[in-house]
Amino acid sequence: MSSNGSDEYGTGGTSLLGNAVPRREDLNLLRGKGGYVANVPMEGALHAHFVRSNVSHGEIISVETSEAEKMPGVFAIYTAENLDLADRAVILNAYEAEMTRPYLAREKVRFVGEPVAVVLAENEYLAADAAENIWVDIEPLSALVDLEEAVAGEVLLFPNLDSNIVTEIPRRKPIDFSDCEVVVEAEIINSKVAAVSIEPRVTLASFENGRLTCWASNQGAHDYRDSVAQALEMEIKDVRVIITDIGGGFGAKGLASEEEIIIAHLSRMHEKPVRWMESRTENLTGFAHGRAQKQKVKMGGNLNGEITHYSLEVIQDSGAYPKWGAVLPGSTLMMASGVYRIPNVEFSSRSVATTTAPVCAYRGAGRPEATSVIERTVDLFAREIAMDPAEVRRLNFPSPDEFPFKNSTGTVYDSGDYKKALDEALGAIDYEALRNEQSRRREENERLQLGIGISTYVEVTAGGGGSEFGLVELKDDGTFRATTGSTPIGTGHVTTWAMLVADRLGVPMEKVEVIYGDTDVVPSGEMTGGSRSVQVSGSSMADASEKLVDAARKVVADLLEASEEDIVLNKESGNFHVVGTPAVSVSWGELASSPKADQKQLIGKSDFLQEGATFPFGAHIVIAEVDIETGEAKIKRIVAVDDAGKIVNPLLATGQVHGGLAQGVAQALLEEVLYDNDGNPQTANLMDYTAISAMEVPSFDRISMETPTPLNSIGAKGIGESGTIGSTAATQNAVVDAISYLGVDHLDMPLTPQKIWSAISDKSEVRA
Amino acid sequence: MISETYSLLVNGKSYQVVDGHPSESLLWVLRERLELSGSKNACEEGECGSCTVLVDGEIVCSCLVLAASAVGREITTIEGLGSEDEISDVQKAFVDAGAVQCGFCTPGLLVAIDQLLNTDPDPDDLTVREAISGNLCRCTGYGRILEAVRIASKNRKVQNQEEQGK
Repeated sequence: MSSNGSDEYGTGGTSLLGNAVPRREDLNLLRGKGGYVANVPMEGALHAHFVRSNVSHGEIISVETSEAEKMPGVFAIYTAENLDLADRAVILNAYEAEMTRPYLAREKVRFVGEPVAVVLAENEYLAADAAENIWVDIEPLSALVDLEEAVAGEVLLFPNLDSNIVTEIPRRKPIDFSDCEVVVEAEIINSKVAAVSIEPRVTLASFENGRLTCWASNQGAHDYRDSVAQALEMEIKDVRVIITDIGGGFGAKGLASEEEIIIAHLSRMHEKPVRWMESRTENLTGFAHGRAQKQKVKMGGNLNGEITHYSLEVIQDSGAYPKWGAVLPGSTLMMASGVYRIPNVEFSSRSVATTTAPVCAYRGAGRPEATSVIERTVDLFAREIAMDPAEVRRLNFPSPDEFPFKNSTGTVYDSGDYKKALDEALGAIDYEALRNEQSRRREENERLQLGIGISTYVEVTAGGGGSEFGLVELKDDGTFRATTGSTPIGTGHVTTWAMLVADRLGVPMEKVEVIYGDTDVVPSGEMTGGSRSVQVSGSSMADASEKLVDAARKVVADLLEASEEDIVLNKESGNFHVVGTPAVSVSWGELASSPKADQKQLIGKSDFLQEGATFPFGAHIVIAEVDIETGEAKIKRIVAVDDAGKIVNPLLATGQVHGGLAQGVAQALLEEVLYDNDGNPQTANLMDYTAISAMEVPSFDRISMETPTPLNSIGAKGIGESGTIGSTAATQNAVVDAISYLGVDHLDMPLTPQKIWSAISDKSEVRA
Repeated sequence: MISETYSLLVNGKSYQVVDGHPSESLLWVLRERLELSGSKNACEEGECGSCTVLVDGEIVCSCLVLAASAVGREITTIEGLGSEDEISDVQKAFVDAGAVQCGFCTPGLLVAIDQLLNTDPDPDDLTVREAISGNLCRCTGYGRILEAVRIASKNRKVQNQEEQGK
């Protein structure tokens, strides 16, 4: 089961599905020939550079551009005064129009990094030089960084509204804890982090003959096209978006950003190509952040370990202008009670505006926040009643025969076996032996103390709904063209879709070409996100393939002068024949060249819509060592049991899980976006924002469980985000567990050596 | 504006840089003037390693090196690994291990790992982790990359033994 060797991958029998098939995307990427936007050649393109606010909140007195306009190579400079672009429509229906972000700051700035002006010049160096000579005079107003102060509303970001609350989910029914034998309470910060795709935001726009073409690094070509068309008030047919390769998304690249729309607008305005790529500092301060919740939690139950009551109150930081972040608590609500059968649950949330960069979706988006708080609180509850945390979890799981299981906030989980997942993980680490070792180290007062952190999770995937376009065609030469509406974001869609099509058609996957990411070629498509791709887009490919088989059977029936119902496809050979007489057969190649086959008939088209979300689950266990002299925590090992239904390609699924686990460990131990009290970013580059490296990741042991979902023909649920959802809490629990014997109940993420050391020394002083 | 013409030796081939400004970074010159766009720009502050190249066999972040300072030195970029027809053993190991996801950090990692295995054919786990700690990858969690290094290292060992046996 170890992921460190290649021998973990079993064979999936005669079908390709379930096998570790190497990716066909890799060859170009390995040679440095990826189709990233910055590699797209374009003669005569202008380069854009944004001038950004260095004040978190203030009134714009003046923006002086005359000096910069005279500088060499400068083509044009725009501010809110002359940009001539109407404000964006409210997105996600989530806030008052008053809170809409102007494309370039108008009258006020509301976060450090907010664009105030944009320079177009012959190259990026000249554009940057000119930007340095634009003088922005800002009269500072009070910053607003603290979430409680944002709720209190003494400082208002939008004074025409009387509150900083962007949107809220009110508590439906208060629950009464008075009968509980045990109640634990905590205030927990789910820290603010940054997605840090290695490729920052980048775009190229070119307007020619009345049509606009945008090369984008985004999670959805069609979504991006629609955003641009709407903003520029253009017909959708006049906008083309091309996405070939993208250097990471992680949720943050899920909506066309203001800067990207400005670039498209300026290209159209001047009928010239315009390029823009943000710097890493712009990426870390001016783009989007994730998580950022303050959580007040209360859990009640009895001394036998039964959890009966759970209350969660969330303040979500939305940043200066609402984006996806404002609605994250909606996902937190769905998963609030986690994997437990808790009869009484209450939830409320308020999303507030602050003078910090907007908060967006980041891997998991609302679900890791739900898992972290309940998993942390279950540990507090277990500690309070002196019961083993694994045992408390076991006692409160619904059993497999209770599925579909409706949790107390109304979410229906499709299938699951939570106890099995936990027991697999506990077995893999030899839990009892580790607890004994932990006791020994404590008794002997060793410097390196052991911590074992458990997190059992359930999450929702493909929760956003939406269908997906899929088209599979037989070409003249007997090969196949498969067109998908989904946009790959480094996730191996091309390989996976070729596998699925090949499986359904009974042909080698080399015969299947996969087309994606160009809105002129692909009629429609949904954004990649929420772990939907394999289950929705993959199913659309499988469905389209099956429809092509049906279309082919009609033609074969004609060729073999048989009834259509009697024609079968032998998937081993890829030949059609009349049932019972395999000796007389028609191959796909023969079909392609047959004069009887009208090529237009030989297609299969799908717009697959899944009848609801799926609910992957699992158990992650982290083993940590904490040096009580220095406060340094090291993660020794992670065992991850993940059940995301049927796995199409374990090589790719493992990669997804590993990436997610690392991002969870990163938030728990290292990474945090910080602002000072005046709203100045303290983590504006990769020296200060400590993105996780190979030195800090532990070894991963992945144990795959496969409980198929009935909601699609593949049986797949999503796996892209579960790694993050489980591992964040498991890591935090492990570190706290290591030092809990010193009297430490809880520490907020990230668990830096300084924070751990301070907690230990505070307790030592108390003891002394 | 000061400008000059100089030549750079990249992957064994001499390239003329015409009217180059002395302040241009090696990364910028490789990408924008020499059309060698395999090395990536992701932070321009020497923290992410996406622009990793070798200068006289030493690993550098090409975003922090002035192109003009590399005159007369041997520069190796991702385009210098493998051949037109065949990818290198490390590249092959990346495919087999599933070590590529979005691919943006991949060229820098490949250059770093190739250099590591050239100087230390049998590195232990900590050595490998240290060697690639300057190359950030956001997709893989490094698990499959570490596996790719193990595969490449093992294959080189087997190959060396076979060659010695001949």
